[in-house]
Amino acid sequence: MSTTTTTTELVETKKSGGLTAVAANYIDERTSISTAVKELGRKIFPDHWSFLLGEVALYSFVIILLSGSFLTFFFSASMAPVQYDGSYVPLKGVEMSAAMSSSLDISFDIRGGLLMRQVHHWAALLFVAAIGLHMLRIYFTGAFRKPRELNWVIGFILFILAMAEGFTGYSLPDDLLSGNGLRIIDGMVKGIPLVGTWISYLLFGGEFPGEAIVGRLYSLHILLLPAIIVALIAMHLLFVVVHKHTQYPGAGRTNQNVVGYPVLPVYAAKAGGFFFIVFGVVMLMASLFTINPIWNYGPYDPSPVSAGTQPDWYIGFADGALRLIPPGLEFVWLDRTFSFNILIPLVSLGLFILVVLIYPFIEAWVTGDKREHHILDRPRNAPTRTAIGAAGVTFYAALWATASSDIIATHFSVTMEGVIHTMQFLTIVGPFIAFFVAKRVCLALQKKDREIVLHGYESGRIVRLPGGEYIEVHQPIDEYERWKLVSYSDYKPLMIRPNAQGKITTGQKLRAGMSRWFFEDRIEPVGNTELEQSHGDHH
Amino acid sequence: MTTIKKLKSPGGRKAGRRHPLSSVALIAIGLLFTGGAYAAFSTSTASAETSATSQQTIGEGKKLFAANCATCHGLAAQGTGSGPSLIGVGAAAVDFQVGTGRMPMQMNGPQAQKKAVQFTDEQIATLAAYVSSLAPGPGLPEANLLDEKGDAANGAELFRINCAMCHNVAGAGGALTEGKFAPSLEGVTSKHIYEAMVTGPQSMPVFNEMNISPESKRDIITYLKYLENNPSPGGYALGSLGPVSEGLFLWIFGLGTIVALTVWITARSN
Repeated sequence: MSTTTTTTELVETKKSGGLTAVAANYIDERTSISTAVKELGRKIFPDHWSFLLGEVALYSFVIILLSGSFLTFFFSASMAPVQYDGSYVPLKGVEMSAAMSSSLDISFDIRGGLLMRQVHHWAALLFVAAIGLHMLRIYFTGAFRKPRELNWVIGFILFILAMAEGFTGYSLPDDLLSGNGLRIIDGMVKGIPLVGTWISYLLFGGEFPGEAIVGRLYSLHILLLPAIIVALIAMHLLFVVVHKHTQYPGAGRTNQNVVGYPVLPVYAAKAGGFFFIVFGVVMLMASLFTINPIWNYGPYDPSPVSAGTQPDWYIGFADGALRLIPPGLEFVWLDRTFSFNILIPLVSLGLFILVVLIYPFIEAWVTGDKREHHILDRPRNAPTRTAIGAAGVTFYAALWATASSDIIATHFSVTMEGVIHTMQFLTIVGPFIAFFVAKRVCLALQKKDREIVLHGYESGRIVRLPGGEYIEVHQPIDEYERWKLVSYSDYKPLMIRPNAQGKITTGQKLRAGMSRWFFEDRIEPVGNTELEQSHGDHH
Repeated sequence: MTTIKKLKSPGGRKAGRRHPLSSVALIAIGLLFTGGAYAAFSTSTASAETSATSQQTIGEGKKLFAANCATCHGLAAQGTGSGPSLIGVGAAAVDFQVGTGRMPMQMNGPQAQKKAVQFTDEQIATLAAYVSSLAPGPGLPEANLLDEKGDAANGAELFRINCAMCHNVAGAGGALTEGKFAPSLEGVTSKHIYEAMVTGPQSMPVFNEMNISPESKRDIITYLKYLENNPSPGGYALGSLGPVSEGLFLWIFGLGTIVALTVWITARSN
């Protein structure tokens, strides 16, 4: 086939790569892409399973885009009432919106439609979950430190946008469950003093539910939000390339290098293959397990509510906050109702989100550390950060679990009230317990590391010395292992120093106080002198 | 003490006049007579079986009731401090409560739990006959209402409006206050569903004929049976519990699988 090409090529070069080489040459001569490929292809990425979590999120997003495009071909984002006339018997002849009817048609009358709906929904749940896990990895390893603070912010905004995408998508089929979810949002919006009712009317184009909301959410869901997400993902990835990837501490790994494999050929192949693995897992889930059976929920009607009405998992924490708030917090003042049962959850969740968003800047301010960090922390080596993380996770998890309070009550044969009161306690006191436990565990692990560096592992071999004394032989660890245990940055509490005017400002006092709180309990890494002193001590 | 001693002492003196085995013999004779009389009585009822009136059934039901239910509901089913009056609850209530094993109640708790049925169908029928004889109440549903051939779409709509807030849209059950709950409707017979609607057991409200007509009740049963007999089109339903079981499944199995695969991909070959 390519005989003619090879003969002509032979004139120019001795060795020919066939069609590929010709094509590559053709493209390169016109785009100079080889510089980019050379640069990117030689980019080194370190190898660790936790570095693939962000990739999982990216791949689920690609799956969502593909399956979502399929769904747009058949979905009708209209709330105009129609009579269902599809093949699902228990809904035949029922009046519903065109959105619900077209969602049912996708499920029952369009070939592959139900599979695509389930792929879309499972991939959406996986998308947000992968982002969450990826964020936890970043947080607990301190990967958000300089120069990556902005990328943390972008990533966190992506998390919020993913939730917004999820919620708008969840509301589109206009089934009973999604309508109930919208009703809760409507209630929360109306709970905002003074402007709440106005915003609600603006949002729904009149009294809830109106006939506008599905169309509006659809525009957001398929146009605005995905566009912003794609743009932010591009920035997020660009930053990863610019900053180079972080790596775990280890022998030969420094702030200046990256130890790993190049993108071409290793990572390109691995990542490409991994995409299909993720796709495969999502396909498998979608083909074997039902998700969001809208045919059970039926069309939205403001009167019925189903037992066990919950949002998708990522909105659960907000639902949980509403369930936890005790009754009797509504007051009428100046002829207006002030619903603190809604405002308190709204404000506390808002604050929680804000703190997570700006956490890298808070920590940078407290430590006063201006250096770049490309080597990750082992979570135990930053005890206070890890403890704050554990507290945050506990707070979130308690709220999240509360969203399933009724399911917990029925499935564990406990009372609903008991579940709520336990969760109220856990939400408020749990984070403090988690903080102290996590911090103590970290410090204990650090102490253990010190012990191992200085005295080696306990080998379990008991030896009797000529003098009759019994000792346990301690196995010294090799240098590579030791490096992992001793090479971490150690912070001391900041000293308060007067500024140029000779004054100590309140800001400085606060900062010093925070720094003390962060670093007063610390285990110093083993230094050289200490290590040398301990030599010959390996019994 | 002294009076007792006085009373006892003449008895002790008289003891010698009777044979030591006389009381045993007396009991034996008494038992023989009672047994014979009972046998004669029961054979006479057996012979009159063809003409056995409901009165007969009611009598047997009353005995069963006295033996098994009266402790809490009172000897005349009038109710006591530990159980409600059963006057006017009708045969449907008895058939539901006893037929699903909820009664006799195993223990006090937020609500009577389903358990193995304690009586035979005949015994349940006699109990029902007795209770319905006390005062008029909802009777057993007619067979044509239980044929599961109604309008499933209408049933589904009625179910969502009237039942789903406690029983969940797919009839998977749900939580109520103070440890009470609406049970799952899967595997509940059509008759018991109908009876529950007309009698409102435990926390359930009564849906009388003005509220939901017998035909609509038939539609609801049709819908529930449709759900039971047609597996979820989307695959395994995860308990039909909605987003909670979906989320849990995703985190544990979905993400769990993915993480296991990431570990596999980045594992170094030995």
